[in-house]
Amino acid sequence: MSNRRWLAPLGLLVFLLGWEAVPRLGLVSSLLLPPPSSLPAAFWREISGGWWLTATLDSLGHYSVGLVLGTGIGVALGVAAALWSDLDSFLSWIVRLLRPVPGLAWVPFAIVWFGISEAAATFIIVIGVLWINFYASYGAAKAVDKDLIELAESFGHKGVWRQLLPIVLPASASGILSGVRTGLGQAWMAVVAAELFGIPGLGQRMMQASSLLATDVVVVYMITIAVLYGLTDILFVWLRDRLLSWQR
Amino acid sequence: MATVVDIADLAIGFDNGPPVLASFTAGLEARSFTAIVGPSGVGKSTLLRVIAGLLAPRQGTVSTPFEADPTRRPFALVFQEARLLPWRPILGNVLFGLEHLPLSASERRRRALEALELVGLADYAHRWPYQLSGGQRQRVNLARALAVQPALLLLDEPFSALDAITRHTLQGELLRLWQATHTTILFVTHDLDEAVYLADRVIVLGSNGQPGARIIRDFLVPLERPRDRSSVGFSDHVGQVRSALSEIMTNGAGI
Repeated sequence: MSNRRWLAPLGLLVFLLGWEAVPRLGLVSSLLLPPPSSLPAAFWREISGGWWLTATLDSLGHYSVGLVLGTGIGVALGVAAALWSDLDSFLSWIVRLLRPVPGLAWVPFAIVWFGISEAAATFIIVIGVLWINFYASYGAAKAVDKDLIELAESFGHKGVWRQLLPIVLPASASGILSGVRTGLGQAWMAVVAAELFGIPGLGQRMMQASSLLATDVVVVYMITIAVLYGLTDILFVWLRDRLLSWQR
Repeated sequence: MATVVDIADLAIGFDNGPPVLASFTAGLEARSFTAIVGPSGVGKSTLLRVIAGLLAPRQGTVSTPFEADPTRRPFALVFQEARLLPWRPILGNVLFGLEHLPLSASERRRRALEALELVGLADYAHRWPYQLSGGQRQRVNLARALAVQPALLLLDEPFSALDAITRHTLQGELLRLWQATHTTILFVTHDLDEAVYLADRVIVLGSNGQPGARIIRDFLVPLERPRDRSSVGFSDHVGQVRSALSEIMTNGAGI
């Protein structure tokens, strides 16, 4: 059993060695597949030129604003639709119509409405995380134990507003947060996609590098995105576990 | 003796269906302990919910002639399952019932701690619900209801899911609390032994062949306390309740 813990790093090592070997053995040009050993130098060039920090900060800016807005709107609408059946009915066809449209399909409109701007990137991210959060929150708030609602009513917490904070939100927190977590990943995809269209950030820098065939720089930014996503996810799980510590 | 709750000609039904409860009239005397027994499906729990104001009756009234005290609730329900909020520590669960009463935060806390003290869980105030046993959770369920100092305490088969030893302990505890707090109790159960052990008065509900349940028998249990389950008088009373129930069952009209 104790051998297993070595399998994960071993797998990664084999992957990196294979990747290094393919361009080195001349199977593929190193322009098409930059070997991992070329990445530290490319990374250093990007950092010392100041591009890496600017692009990362730009993207983090779009990411956080879009994520907060999209998550907030999605959760609020989802919980509200679960609690008020009139709103639920009113929204049902609007949701059916808009939900299947992928976030990226909104890029043309984002550019027409907001230009190549921060607002356009934010808009695409908002759309990208809105529905995940809407459905997760809707389902979680619908599934709140009716016995707890009855308990609240019998002790004077009558009406939806008086039950929202003490019962509905804590009871659905776990479901809502699993939607938020999915959104964390979706939002990174949306950030990069929006920036590929020229809005400053990691995606735009990748686009510039690829047009110059600086594929090592492209890989540097791919890894940057993966690491940033990993860090946001670790931070989120840490926060969530603290928030839901009562679940043992 | 003065009544604290008068229930007059109560009828209960859902939508346009036949009545669950056709007629129920009873006055509950101050500091009395009344048990309601009857076959399952007869509407015992529904009756408690109507009295507590959670459901509207089809007809009839529940009136409380006593002067309303805004710092107390007229009724409090002890549920069959503990229904604790898992995201609140034990003290927070007891405080939950007090949050809409016009009391200062320190007064609420004092009353919640006092109620936990009464059920013997003062040391558990800062534990989480998952750290408690089934019996302890039922004590918290009871403490939450006692903390609002209800004029009438309604209990819906609160011990039915517990093992026999815990059940007997909690029955004894309930009697002690009843005597210590001078509260009036209405207790629903399907356990005849439990009804006779606890109550001054046992009301048997059944349907008597017509649609909807009504009061079949209304006994007094004048046995001295503490009661001895193995005494002849005790088994006599249990036998009376049992024969009243078996009459309605053999009429084919149990529910």
